[in-house]
Amino acid sequence: MSDSLCAQSVRITGHAGDEIEAYVARPDDDGARGGVVVIHHMPGFDRATKEIVRRFAELGYDAVCPNLYWREAPDAAPDDAAATARARGGVPDERLIGDVGAAAHYLRSLPTSNQKVGVIGYCSGGRQSVLAACNLDLDAAVDCYGAFVVGTPPEGFPLQVTNLVDQLPNLRAPLLGLFGKEDSYPSPEQVAELDEILTANGKPHEFHSYDDAGHAFFAVDRPSYRVAAANDGWERITAFYTTHLGG
Amino acid sequence: MCTYATVKTTIDGSAKGPDSSWFHVTDGTIYFDHPVHAMAEHTLNIDFADPARGPSARVAVELTAASARELVAAIQAALESAPAELTI
Repeated sequence: MSDSLCAQSVRITGHAGDEIEAYVARPDDDGARGGVVVIHHMPGFDRATKEIVRRFAELGYDAVCPNLYWREAPDAAPDDAAATARARGGVPDERLIGDVGAAAHYLRSLPTSNQKVGVIGYCSGGRQSVLAACNLDLDAAVDCYGAFVVGTPPEGFPLQVTNLVDQLPNLRAPLLGLFGKEDSYPSPEQVAELDEILTANGKPHEFHSYDDAGHAFFAVDRPSYRVAAANDGWERITAFYTTHLGG
Repeated sequence: MCTYATVKTTIDGSAKGPDSSWFHVTDGTIYFDHPVHAMAEHTLNIDFADPARGPSARVAVELTAASARELVAAIQAALESAPAELTI
C-alpha cells in the first residue's frame, strides 16, 4: 500500500440539505477500502483535527471531517468559529446526526468505498460519536473520552446537552472506548456505568482506560498529551477498524 | 472535560482586536473549558465580541482559574476605588 494521499476541503450536503464544508483525505491508490468520519472536538475544525483526518488516510481509509460550525461561521478561523457556535448554543444533536449521516453517505458514494464506514470523535465528539452510532447505520464507532454519554450535564446554561442513556439500547455498531483514568468527565465510575449498560443490552464494546492519562490525552498540542496512552490508543483504533471496516 | 457550561452577558464598551483596530463590543461569553492556546487543561475563557460584525470581531482571553479570580478582585477593587458617582 502506498503512503501517498490527497487531502482537501470540499463541500458536502449536510443536515437538512445545507451545504457545509468538510475536510477529506484519501489514499492515492484505488483499492476498495472503508471510510472514517472524524468528528472534531469542541474547539473546532482545526489543524490538529485535520492531522487526524490525514492519519486515517495514511492508515488506508477514506476519511472526512464535516465542519460542524460552518453554518454559524463560514470561512472563519477555527477558534472564532468555535466561539461563535458556543455563544449560539452549540451543535444540536439532530443536526449532528444529519451531518455525520451526510458524511457517511459521502464516503459510501466514493468509487473506492467498500460500503463500511466508522466514526470517531474526541472530547465532545466522543459523545457525538456514540450519538451517531445510536441513530445511523455505521459499522464501527470510537469514543475518545466523551463526557455525558452517561452522567448528568450542568443545568441552567445556554449550551444544552443531555446524556445518551436512553439511546444506548439503540446502539447499532460495535464501540471502542478509550479513556484516561485521571479524567473526571467521564470519570472511571461513569466509564464503568457505560460498560455495564452496554453489557446489559448485549452491545459489543471494547474499553481501554489508561493510567497516567486524563482528558484529551491524544491531543499532541496540549499539555494533556500522554504519549504512552496515545500510542496505545492509536494501535487499538487501528486494530478495531481493521476488524470492522476491512475488506 | 468539555464542561459545556457557558455564561453569556450583554456588555457595552470597546476592545482592541484583530488588525489592531478598536471596535465596539456588545456580547461577553464566559466559560470554563479547554483553552485554544494557554498551556493549561482548563481555563476561564472570555470572548468580548460583536456578533453583528462576524466571528472574527472577537477579543479572546484564556486565564488560569487562579488568575481569573485575581482579575475579578482587581476589577472590583478598581471600580470601588473610583468615586461612586462615576461608576453608575
